[in-house]
Amino acid sequence: MIEFISSMVPETLAAHAPALLIAIPMLMAPIAAFMPSGRIAWILSIFATGFAMVMAIVLLSQVQSIEGGAVISYAMGGWRPDAGIEFRIDSLNAMVLLLVSTIGFLAAIFSWPTVLAEIREAKTAMFYAAYLVCFTGLAGVASTGDAFNLFVFLEISSIATYVLVALGASRDRRALPAAGNYLLLGTIGASFFVVGVGFLYAATGTLNMAELAVRLESVQDSKAVFAGYAFIVVGLGIKAAMFPLHQWLPNAYAYSPSFVTMFLAATATKVALYALVRFLFTVFGLEFAFEGSTLIWILMPMGIAAMVACSFQAVFQTDVRRTLAYSSVAQVGYMLLGISIGTAAGVSAGLFHLVNHAVIKGALFMALAGVVLTYKGTSLQDMRGLGRSSPWTMSAFAIAAVSLIGVPLTAGFQSKYVLVSALFEHGWWWAVAVVMFSSLLAVVYMGRILEAVFFRAPANPNKRHKEAPLLILIPLWVLALANLWIGIQGGFVAGLAEDAAASLFIGGAS
Amino acid sequence: MLEFILERGNYWAIIGLMMIGLYIAFAATNLIKRLIGLGLFQTSIILFYISLSRIDGGTAPILFGEDYKKDKGHGEAAEHAGEHAADAAGHGADAAYGAAKAYGEAGMENIYSNPLPHVLMLTAIVVGVATLAVGLAIIVRIREAYGTVEADEIRAMDLEVAIAEAAADAEQNKAGAV
Repeated sequence: MIEFISSMVPETLAAHAPALLIAIPMLMAPIAAFMPSGRIAWILSIFATGFAMVMAIVLLSQVQSIEGGAVISYAMGGWRPDAGIEFRIDSLNAMVLLLVSTIGFLAAIFSWPTVLAEIREAKTAMFYAAYLVCFTGLAGVASTGDAFNLFVFLEISSIATYVLVALGASRDRRALPAAGNYLLLGTIGASFFVVGVGFLYAATGTLNMAELAVRLESVQDSKAVFAGYAFIVVGLGIKAAMFPLHQWLPNAYAYSPSFVTMFLAATATKVALYALVRFLFTVFGLEFAFEGSTLIWILMPMGIAAMVACSFQAVFQTDVRRTLAYSSVAQVGYMLLGISIGTAAGVSAGLFHLVNHAVIKGALFMALAGVVLTYKGTSLQDMRGLGRSSPWTMSAFAIAAVSLIGVPLTAGFQSKYVLVSALFEHGWWWAVAVVMFSSLLAVVYMGRILEAVFFRAPANPNKRHKEAPLLILIPLWVLALANLWIGIQGGFVAGLAEDAAASLFIGGAS
Repeated sequence: MLEFILERGNYWAIIGLMMIGLYIAFAATNLIKRLIGLGLFQTSIILFYISLSRIDGGTAPILFGEDYKKDKGHGEAAEHAGEHAADAAGHGADAAYGAAKAYGEAGMENIYSNPLPHVLMLTAIVVGVATLAVGLAIIVRIREAYGTVEADEIRAMDLEVAIAEAAADAEQNKAGAV
């Protein structure tokens, strides 16, 4: 399938795939903004994200063309990598790019009915422009090889995100303070990151990440590098919603338009987490004196704290969107735990869960978008009896929910299994107990929702039998079936994650 | 000790500004003041980068004197222009790495400051302006929706709404149970 699609793409396009993947959505954004009707802007954004997905598939096949994973270096604008900006695609980048663009494409298709219902008509064209800018930024972060360029793309996507979150105000005015808070914390996070990059630049004189990795080896004991490391980890931690730095997330997810929640939950924190992994393992590397202790004393405890504390918080929410938002922070904890093991197996487990969680949360929030569309509210009361009035939407929701818990034959089980075996291998058996306990909490909070959906009489007996529209159902079922597919035959995604982790530990620095 | 502190005067100033900015961003209740604090914080980062680019005895990074003539001599062809700029930027980066030594190797007569951080900060300024603009626009909308820009008043209003929602929810729950 991958070979077939990439063989269909002309060679000139394939040679410039890293640039085109960013450039086409970026150029489409202003064009979409000036379209007279939102419908044209919607079609443009489907085209742009679909094109990006094809390019991501081409890049993946190029990376996989060599055993062990090739590294594609693309010199932006023809400038030599040490002077200009280099786009560098290895197995990890290719995986994240494929994830972001596939989710972006499905999100673009499904968006039309919910955007029509939740955004004022005069603003829909601008809304799609902001979405494309956000998509561009995320794809840029996932493909650039230049540390400062990564900051710029991170801010491009974040600024667009603030706008998108604030647009939820037409449904609930609390979206505005949520967006303001997110803006404040997100900007502080990005600024911390850029201070850290400044320290690294002062110590090494380069911004290219591969070159940084080489030069940092000779200045490992410099205090400037230590300071830069701390700033970068905290800054990206805020963006990735690492446990105590996640305060912006629940409100931003709960009050933004349902399409935005779905897209953000599946991609934004994942891309920030990718950047964190990239800096931890490629730029600094395990030889860096600080890193071993950071993994054990900061990432691991924070991951475990998130898994327990945020799962508990999820149990006590009355709004389903907030439950899922807290559960997102808890799931970031699983990924951090996997990464903090610091072995190829652990990082690959973390990355595998990253992909799976994007697919799971994407499906859950898509189903919720359908609920919002037909029945307005998303509180636990509103969910009652929906299993009978909209069986297709809710059975997809149930598949994703079961996958989030980690029942066998679903995606969530596969990645938790890989994580647990990596933990055992490393001798952290007590962490396995915490993973089990947190999964048990997931049973409680998802179980509450499923019980209300399938076993309670509708709170409002007037609710008619009404499904979500087909435009929502199709992408929703694609994601739900993807959950089952990964769960039954997890080889493809697990292989991607393994290659990505291997490229970090073997070929990452060269 | 005193010398150690005074030698790094610019960095102390930057740290001071950064902390003041962060404090305002967290402690102010007025949302506009919070954004101003954020702006101060970002400005201190710009100063930090500009401090990095300075080299003792360095001048503005525009070729002059012997360097200019030499550059002009073998820079006639237009296609070489890009390569030269790339070289210059590369040397600038090396200068921060290996101090002025790299300049000798590059065959430059004069010492120039590193231009790269200045360029980076131009981008950072644009990012900062965009953030400030979006932030202010959100505050305008908050003022329209809540009638205030004080964070604690907004929180109090939201809390009231949340309590009312919870009460309505409990009532519905009771009705559903019956």
